[in-house]
Amino acid sequence: MPVSVKNSEVLFAALKSAGITLLSALPETWLVHVMEMAEDDPDMTLIRLNKEEEGVGISTGAHFAGRKSAMLMQNHGLLTSVNGIVSVAQLYRIPLLMVISYRGEMGERDPWQTEGGRITEPLLQSLGIIYRKLSDPAIVAYEVRQAQTLAESSLRPVALLLTRDLMWEE
Amino acid sequence: MLREDALKAVYPRLKSQVTVTIMGAVAVELYNLGHQPNFFYLEHGMGLASSMGLGLAVSLPKEKVTVLDGDGSVLMNLGSLSTLARYRPPNLTHWIFDNESLLSVGGFPTATGTGTDLAGIAEKAGAEHVTLADTVEAAEQAFAEASERDGLSIIVSKVEAIGPLSFAMDINLLENRFEFARHIQGLAS
Repeated sequence: MPVSVKNSEVLFAALKSAGITLLSALPETWLVHVMEMAEDDPDMTLIRLNKEEEGVGISTGAHFAGRKSAMLMQNHGLLTSVNGIVSVAQLYRIPLLMVISYRGEMGERDPWQTEGGRITEPLLQSLGIIYRKLSDPAIVAYEVRQAQTLAESSLRPVALLLTRDLMWEE
Repeated sequence: MLREDALKAVYPRLKSQVTVTIMGAVAVELYNLGHQPNFFYLEHGMGLASSMGLGLAVSLPKEKVTVLDGDGSVLMNLGSLSTLARYRPPNLTHWIFDNESLLSVGGFPTATGTGTDLAGIAEKAGAEHVTLADTVEAAEQAFAEASERDGLSIIVSKVEAIGPLSFAMDINLLENRFEFARHIQGLAS
């Protein structure tokens, strides 16, 4: 499977160095290595979800307990989480860090991913969620740190979109 | 049983637990019994109170966490019962008040009124300790056992579809949010 192990390691290390100790996730091809790393790391709690929106509640509870967490999901998981994002994370001002695999963008070969890809950025924009696209592994740690800093100072969700350039090796 | 009477019976115990309620009648009835800084009323995000409880419970292993839920909310996020059963935080009690109704929006009947069995679903999801408690005495005992238990507890109580006369609460939702977070982080540190 040509998912980049090296860049998955970069991403996982970046999440850890940002102090994140809890990840909620639903398996997705691009995220399998990160999830396995989380599962194998005794300092990381991984909660595997049935549906991504649960992760909004879990991260909210973790935040109230003073713990740093992130949601790890595909952009279709973002779509299914919208009500939770709006009516829990935004309503209650939760610094929700969302790390999202950006399927359906340039270079996507799976037809079923393309509709979700087309509307991911417009959706984030209409929700007023500030986001960055991550393509260059050299600045992943920096971008994760910056995103978390903004989430915590603004007390709002912030998103990082993992692009094909970062996650996939042809 | 009236939910209010069950809450009254367990209030002395609940007072010292990290507690999350759903919106509507449950929130108002608990608030009217006496607000505590460790009470959080989730006024929207239907279905996510149990997920919040999971996030709190795994992050606060030394605290008892209780979620006061309802049939409408649980039906909206049934997968959460399965996630709870999968991770079974030993310090979490998930108490579902089942009035077979979406009471706070006008009393429309839910699927528990036509046969959906939430306790059965919780059991089949893999939860080990599922208790039915439909009287005040049974509720008091089930909650006492849940509070002492080192294991995930799920309580399902059939209650009458009767709520408070007013849904007004003299607490802003952000006030509740920041007070709760500050209090909980004090417990954690």
